[in-house]
Amino acid sequence: MVAFFLLVALAAPWLAPHDPLATSWSAVRAAPSASYWFGADELGRDVLSRIIWGARASILAGVVSVTISLALGVPIGMLAGYVGGFLDALISRMTDAMLACPFLILAIALAAFLGPSLSNAMIAIGVSATPVFIRLTRAQVLSAKAEEYVEAARALGNPHLRIALRHIFPNIVAPLIVQATLAIAAAVIAEASLSFLGLGQQPPAPSWGSMLNTAKNYIDQAPWMAIWPGLSIFLLVLSFNLLGDGLRDALDPRHHS
Amino acid sequence: MGRFLLRRLAQIVPTLFFVSVLIFGLQQLLPGDPAIAMAGEERDPETIRYLREKFHLDEPLPARYGYWLSGVVRGDLGESVRIQRPVTDLILEKLPVTLQLATMAMLLALLIGVTAGVISAVKKDTWLDYAANVFALWGLSTPNFWLGILLILLFAVNLGWLPASGYVSPFEDLKGNLSAMIMPAFVLGNAFAAVLMRHTRSAMLQVLSSDYVRTARAKGLNERGVILKHALRNALIPVITLGALSFGELLGGTVLTETIFSIPGFGKLIVDAVFNRDYSVVQGVVLLTATVYIALNLLADIAYFLVNPRMRV
Repeated sequence: MVAFFLLVALAAPWLAPHDPLATSWSAVRAAPSASYWFGADELGRDVLSRIIWGARASILAGVVSVTISLALGVPIGMLAGYVGGFLDALISRMTDAMLACPFLILAIALAAFLGPSLSNAMIAIGVSATPVFIRLTRAQVLSAKAEEYVEAARALGNPHLRIALRHIFPNIVAPLIVQATLAIAAAVIAEASLSFLGLGQQPPAPSWGSMLNTAKNYIDQAPWMAIWPGLSIFLLVLSFNLLGDGLRDALDPRHHS
Repeated sequence: MGRFLLRRLAQIVPTLFFVSVLIFGLQQLLPGDPAIAMAGEERDPETIRYLREKFHLDEPLPARYGYWLSGVVRGDLGESVRIQRPVTDLILEKLPVTLQLATMAMLLALLIGVTAGVISAVKKDTWLDYAANVFALWGLSTPNFWLGILLILLFAVNLGWLPASGYVSPFEDLKGNLSAMIMPAFVLGNAFAAVLMRHTRSAMLQVLSSDYVRTARAKGLNERGVILKHALRNALIPVITLGALSFGELLGGTVLTETIFSIPGFGKLIVDAVFNRDYSVVQGVVLLTATVYIALNLLADIAYFLVNPRMRV
């Protein structure tokens, strides 16, 4: 399913039957038909074409946000776990502080201060999701540090950077991949939420969240405007959740129950 | 207990300090001159001068943080630039509405999530277990603003059973209040019910295979007694801790739920503040939710300490 959505996003120019921005007064809120499979919106734009192009914003937001979280969270978490002591205490308290702010509220606040746009929404979501990766990486490093192969690498006189990158990092990648996959699901919902509130992708560019925001005003006249974008978010998030669950079962034997 | 409390409080002080730095730091993200950004599109020179003076924008950053923090400690979260009212008053006015919504959502989530989790664990590998797992995946993957729109379409537009939006105070009309809040509470609690279901299931599976449950069964206790009296009571300890910790997330979720259902709580307050560039209000709401989270975290730890004798050793 993830591959399907990726394919749809990549092939959007060829798959979309209409221009996602082209308005047509004769098709305003047109019900699903042979020419508009998913119906048309309040400006007569083809809902299916907007869904197909909207997949780009959602997938991009999910992947870029989580890349930001990984790029920030993994090095900081490794530093805290490997160095320990005062630095660990300092980083842990800062992480606690970020975790104390609810994810969505922090993302909204960051997006509000940075200004509404898709790229700022991705930064806001990425930064808000970072503490989870700091905490996970730190915990994994702490347990890997106590392993014999790390002690052996240290006894052989390897420098710290080499031990951290060559010996510890490859052994903590699996849980990070699982968490990253589940975090993409959360980031897709967060981007849709920010776009729904007007803080993500700006109109007229198609985004599933902003399509739902408009759709709520026409719910009694054109329910198809709400059903398809919501279903798309649901299926994309579900596919990343299933992928994350599957990866966890495959990579972590403790989670089989 | 005293030493445990002191240690936890000692951990909270630096966390609160960093929360305050984080929230104060948000203002520094404003591109360009914060006074111009806060003044809005009119850019009235009088307003800009007032804002610059009000937020001590001509002074160095540490001094500005000091002014802001001393206000926060005294309960002064600043003033709404748009409504010209203290942020603390605005939040206190909206808080009861949001608390009612979050509490109803939490109760619904506990009812649905714990029940589904217990059934799923007791009937492991049957269709009931699979159905509960599908329900959990549905809950975790459904954006709550979409669920809200679908429920409005079904229960308000098509069936006409519930109001589509709006809020009535419970002191004016309790029945009207409950019928206006039940749909938003379900929408808000839906994802949390899924999380609770998964945790309850895994805690119950662990407890059901433990020695004391086997002993209770061997003593001839009926299955219902074993599940409700012995297994569930112990499995619920981590679930309740999770519940306390997740209340903060529920408060975060109210932003979307209150926007869809036009409920005048503090979720809607932050959204309106974002669009009115009322940054003091945004900071105030983030600060309040973070403080509530930290307080609940502490309470959960104390509760865990009290119910779990192993921690007292």
